[in-house]
Amino acid sequence: MAMFIRIDVNEDVVRDTGVASKLIETCPVKIFAPGADDKSVTVVDDNVDECTLCDLCEQACPDGIKVVKLY
Amino acid sequence: MRFYEFECRSVLGKYGIAYPEGGLAKTAEEAEKLAGELGCPVVIKSQILASAAREAGGEKVAASPAEAKAAAEEILALEIKGLSPVGVLVTKPVESEKEYALQVTYDAVAKLPVMILSDVPRKNLDDVADDTPERITRRHFSTLAPIRTQVYTAKELVRGLNIGAPELNRLTQIASKLCDLFLQYDLTVAEINPLALTGDGKFLAVDVHMDMEEEGRFRQQGLLDEFGIPSTETRGVRGEPTAMEREAQAIDAEDVRGLISPFVEFDGNMGLVIGAGGGSLTIFDAVTQAGGKPANYCAIGGNPSVGKARRLTKLVLSKEGVNKIAVMSNVVSNTRADLVARGVIKGVLDLGLVPSEVITIFRCPGAWEADAFKILDKYNIDYCDRTVSLSEAARRAVAKLDD
Repeated sequence: MAMFIRIDVNEDVVRDTGVASKLIETCPVKIFAPGADDKSVTVVDDNVDECTLCDLCEQACPDGIKVVKLY
Repeated sequence: MRFYEFECRSVLGKYGIAYPEGGLAKTAEEAEKLAGELGCPVVIKSQILASAAREAGGEKVAASPAEAKAAAEEILALEIKGLSPVGVLVTKPVESEKEYALQVTYDAVAKLPVMILSDVPRKNLDDVADDTPERITRRHFSTLAPIRTQVYTAKELVRGLNIGAPELNRLTQIASKLCDLFLQYDLTVAEINPLALTGDGKFLAVDVHMDMEEEGRFRQQGLLDEFGIPSTETRGVRGEPTAMEREAQAIDAEDVRGLISPFVEFDGNMGLVIGAGGGSLTIFDAVTQAGGKPANYCAIGGNPSVGKARRLTKLVLSKEGVNKIAVMSNVVSNTRADLVARGVIKGVLDLGLVPSEVITIFRCPGAWEADAFKILDKYNIDYCDRTVSLSEAARRAVAKLDD
């Protein structure tokens, strides 16, 4: 269970903008994994606290991904 | 890396420094044969990569070849500091009129090699320096100029103990040669203790110890080949790694981000998650100076992942008797303090412990420390920034051990 970081995913936006594969490819600590289909992602909970706050996912999908610090 | 005494004697021989007649026996039968050839009595000495063999029963005098065989059998079966001997050194005993201790090593403060002479033999020279400083003398010498141009320095060393002729010249020669081989073979320590003056005016290296700089191995391949030391034989002072040390190596190997190396287990009760290259050595010393007894040494750095810091924390806290840790580093720009903070907190929580009770201090100034402070605030963990010295942080951590 992640304690320090929360990743909010707006699945509709991710699907509409077609960035699922980009999110999976971009994250350096493998927070995103393929979802039910190739247009969606799931969040790998075990990796969320590894988030380096690099911002690449938010840049890839500004309206669909929010990285929230829990501190 | 350390050399066995029989190898050290070989190095001394290359420089014409005399030692008691004798040789290595790998079996009790060889010891018996050698004793017969040398003529008894003989001294049988364990060949292990550790000091204090004599105190541990690793040295005996035998009055006959049969006794030599029995003594060798006993010594070859004797483990000292967890190390088994590779053989026994069988030598003629030395009747000395006087004994000295002669050492060449590096003075880290002066950043120069130093020759040290004392007329208090068979003791640790650091103890001699503490207990009887008037009976020890030192001289630094240059690594740049050839030793033959610095013989006067060796003579000054010997004169420092008010030693006059004829020993003055003989000891000067031996000290010069020891400096010479020290540099030639990339040694970190070359010590003859005791160096015996016999009735006929000769000096004999009765006991000798040499350590070579690990990084010097490639330059000294010829010597290593001569002694039959393969590249896989590390000759570490501590012998084989402990289970905990092996686990640390595994944690390090399984995650490419950051580094936990080296990790060394100690007997204390204070766990250390420390880093910053040379800073971790300083921190270890600061903890010791503050009265703490470290349970481990480690050097974590290179921006470890949260998972790596977490697993290291759990490993450190898994040691029996360790229920508090200090998380400290010098100022580092390549390791994120917030990720380390997340890792150690998660590690503590994984064990069902309370971070504020377990983490005595968090001092990791550097990248992302503002975020680290927010995390630490959330868990009420005592932390400090670079304005608090490592010594003061160590003192604060040690003071909390009894809480």
